[in-house]
Amino acid sequence: MSQPTLNQYETVKYSRIYSLGAARGDLTVTNDDIAGPIDSSDEWIRQRTGIITRRRASKDLSLMDMAVSASNEAIAKAGIDPSEIGAVIFSTITHPHQTPSAAALLADKIGANPAPAFDISAACAGYCYGIAQADALVRSGVAKYVLVVGGEKLSDFIDPTDRTISFLLGDGAGAAIVGPSETPGISPTVWGSDGSHWDAVGMSASLLELRDGTAQWPTLRQEGLTVFKWAVWEMVKVARQALEVAGVTADDLSAIVTHQANIRIIDELAKQLAVPEHVVVARDIVYTGNTSAASVPLAMHALLESGEVKSGGLALQIGFGAGLAFGAQVVVLP
Amino acid sequence: MALSQNEVLAGLAEIVNEETGIATEAVQLEKSFTDDLDIDSISMMTIVVNAEDKFGVKIPDEEVKNLITVGDAVNFIVAAQ
Repeated sequence: MSQPTLNQYETVKYSRIYSLGAARGDLTVTNDDIAGPIDSSDEWIRQRTGIITRRRASKDLSLMDMAVSASNEAIAKAGIDPSEIGAVIFSTITHPHQTPSAAALLADKIGANPAPAFDISAACAGYCYGIAQADALVRSGVAKYVLVVGGEKLSDFIDPTDRTISFLLGDGAGAAIVGPSETPGISPTVWGSDGSHWDAVGMSASLLELRDGTAQWPTLRQEGLTVFKWAVWEMVKVARQALEVAGVTADDLSAIVTHQANIRIIDELAKQLAVPEHVVVARDIVYTGNTSAASVPLAMHALLESGEVKSGGLALQIGFGAGLAFGAQVVVLP
Repeated sequence: MALSQNEVLAGLAEIVNEETGIATEAVQLEKSFTDDLDIDSISMMTIVVNAEDKFGVKIPDEEVKNLITVGDAVNFIVAAQ
């Protein structure tokens, strides 16, 4: 008796981002609002970070609320039915449960149940990691449409007296629908990690230390200068590599959307990349703050909404942060 | 061939000028980066990376906080060549 031949997924040649959705915290927090506990000033914070205000969520606005709102916008703009979503990928470091995942709840809330759903922990690189996975799932035929969300309620994990990172942080969620395409819409991803700097940015303590009473509520911390150096000079190499594997040059881009870590990092990266004048450099951080996994889709969404860039143009997107982890790809703007 | 203290100072002054706009003549050995030249830590890191490139030396992150004056940086670079 001969063994039957197995079915395998039928592959799809290309994928693209169909649409984006965005949700920001409902509160506008000024530098003066937070300068006191870090013995700082509006001027100092603007000069060091470029941030004028950051958006944070009030107590009653949860991470899930923002993720649902951003996802519903992306689904509506993509013109698909949520039941067609074949996978939900949620990148977050601020879902307050170790398990179950934020993605499974999100899938249910947006009408994508029983889609496979999972979280990824790649911090500020998480959205780009998610796009890489969505691209692979769509082109391999595993899923027709994939919802990728980067969302954070970082204000739950900050220490108002911390001078290293807390004052940068905001809350929000960005969502993208990725699906099949007739033409190439997502370049190969340049991504990776460097665990030799595992403790350069992350939580101040583990949950076990909290349980044992040897630590307070864990909050975010970073070694700012080490991270700055890596984020500029190592990420410039990653950005150049992403352009190369995409088969384009900086001249071909409409926009560069980096993780909105700090305006000094964004400006220095743009300088090192010698970005041509016609390329828009996303600076959503100025009024949104650093929203970790949400920052790339929020910044891209803002550029599209304001008309600064047009659908169909090319954008280099690059996320980098705790891990250390990084991911970059060139995408066709939805 | 290793550069002299004066040559390193001149090169470092160019880097400082490029990053901050401070006149090269103002970058003198006894000047403190933060107190006299008003250079913040992020600009300092940019100067350090550019100095590593220019002089072909490695300045470890943990060493940067010890470079209080321009002279500290020049001497570190001269010794590290």
